[in-house]
Amino acid sequence: MNSSITNKTSITLALWSKNLSRDGITKMVLGLIASVAVLLLVLILFFLLLQSWPVLNITYLPLFFSSDGWHPLEGKFGLLPMLWATLAAGLGALVIALPLGLATAIFSLYMAPAPLARSLNLIVAILAGIPSVVYGLWGLTVIVPLINQWQAPGASLFAAMLILALMVLPTIAITTRSALGGLPISLQQAAASLALSRATTIIQVLLPAAKTGIRQGVLLALARALGETMAVLMVAGNVVQTPHSLFDSVRVLTANIALEMAYATDHHRAALFASGLLLMVLVSITLWLAVERTKNTTSARPNA
Amino acid sequence: MRRLNHLFTIAISLATLLVVSAFIWLLWDLVAQGLDKLSWEFLSQAPKRSGREGGIWPMIVSTLWILIVAIAVVVPLGLGCAIWLAEFARRDHHWQRRLGVVLDVLAGVPSIVFGLFGYAFFCVYLNLGFSILSGGLTLACMMLPILIRTAEMGIAAVPNEWRQAGAALDISRTTLLRKVILPYAAPAITAGLLLAIGRATAETAALIFTSGYVDRMPGSVNDSGRALAVHVYDLSMNVLGGDQAAYATALVLIGLIIVINLGANLLSEYWVERHLQRI
Repeated sequence: MNSSITNKTSITLALWSKNLSRDGITKMVLGLIASVAVLLLVLILFFLLLQSWPVLNITYLPLFFSSDGWHPLEGKFGLLPMLWATLAAGLGALVIALPLGLATAIFSLYMAPAPLARSLNLIVAILAGIPSVVYGLWGLTVIVPLINQWQAPGASLFAAMLILALMVLPTIAITTRSALGGLPISLQQAAASLALSRATTIIQVLLPAAKTGIRQGVLLALARALGETMAVLMVAGNVVQTPHSLFDSVRVLTANIALEMAYATDHHRAALFASGLLLMVLVSITLWLAVERTKNTTSARPNA
Repeated sequence: MRRLNHLFTIAISLATLLVVSAFIWLLWDLVAQGLDKLSWEFLSQAPKRSGREGGIWPMIVSTLWILIVAIAVVVPLGLGCAIWLAEFARRDHHWQRRLGVVLDVLAGVPSIVFGLFGYAFFCVYLNLGFSILSGGLTLACMMLPILIRTAEMGIAAVPNEWRQAGAALDISRTTLLRKVILPYAAPAITAGLLLAIGRATAETAALIFTSGYVDRMPGSVNDSGRALAVHVYDLSMNVLGGDQAAYATALVLIGLIIVINLGANLLSEYWVERHLQRI
């Protein structure tokens, strides 16, 4: 199968090479345009490095990981509290969103009658399209006051987790749905012929078979949660401190940049650009895990 | 065994119900708090008292201008790159794979980091200042990987027989691309563009330090302009008593996203029909 496609392609290419001179200009122009995309990434990295260069040295780098806190005007650049807050908010959101996203996907695929499944899919699509600033607005005016009645001050790590969970839930639900939907029907038939109950079929057969796709969706959702700015900025309270309880006000790395860029100068500004680099590394690692882990599992299952 | 099955069904249904209730709760608050304020005056007037009163007309205009700049830049760049990847780059060539990695990294860059880059490059280095142009260009950078990936998939999905038929008829690849492949891939390309425009319309973090905060009507693309999403942020965080206006603006923002989606869908259907008839 594969070799016949390659053959076809090579025949096509051989036929086309005749026309190469006619298409030379098109190819050159398109190639030039494509290199702009590469140039763009190089530019982004270059400018982030350039702007954070003043603090990327042996005097300043250890300060990022010191425990003196974040007081940039006094030369204290401890990023750790905000790093912990970022990770806690992202992982907490996943813990909430994962079961709900899985359940939504399972319900719409295996339990709901067709019209209900369609409306459920529509709801998930709408949730995915709502701007993050609107989630933030709703969190700030509805969720935060509710939490405040229970545990002051309300604007807290917990509020950030809830809002982020609602935001990344569509990512998990959609990737799970397509991973489960892409499974061969024979799996379900085999399970039915063994008289397995629906619960057993889904938990022991279908979910494990789709785990690669689901894992990828979860990591995509995590990347989105770590990189989110506005929704967290609006509900988390923005006090720079290492979170010790769910109801502490926290500030995440993205929010820190958004809050302080307007007035930051010199080394303070450089430190903000450096925290932007740190964020990019964090998100890139998450996405890399999504791609790499997928590769490994598919190659480990030759007959899947 | 039977009990377990029941329990499972109940748990899944309850969890789904929870998601649906959260959605309805959010939607209800949006409509209930925003609809009162929403009126023709709100859409057509300039804001007064930092947006507590008056309307959002300048923000609507700024948002549209930022989008127009972004789309005008991203469509030729993204489409060109996608066509090159799908049609001209040799399969499995190391350059193609490298470009793939670059695109994946670009797609994952947090929007606030795009904001930092846009500020350092467009506003300061290219000396464009806080302007609609800077904001639009920053958003174009964000949209680029989304558009390229979806358009590339759409073009690669065109049956290979068509290309072979074109070669047999001695049609140049350029002509084949223009007359057959692109019209066929148009729905996929439009869908990708829509996805990208949706993201751009919703974007706030990347715009705060690039297109700026000024809530006056922009005179040209070199003026600062406040996008609708930035207006929602400012009203809810910095303006005491601005919540109602923020909700009304959020409704307009979501409405705009829906209109863009529907409009482009219709447009692509019309376009495809016309072109497929001609083939």
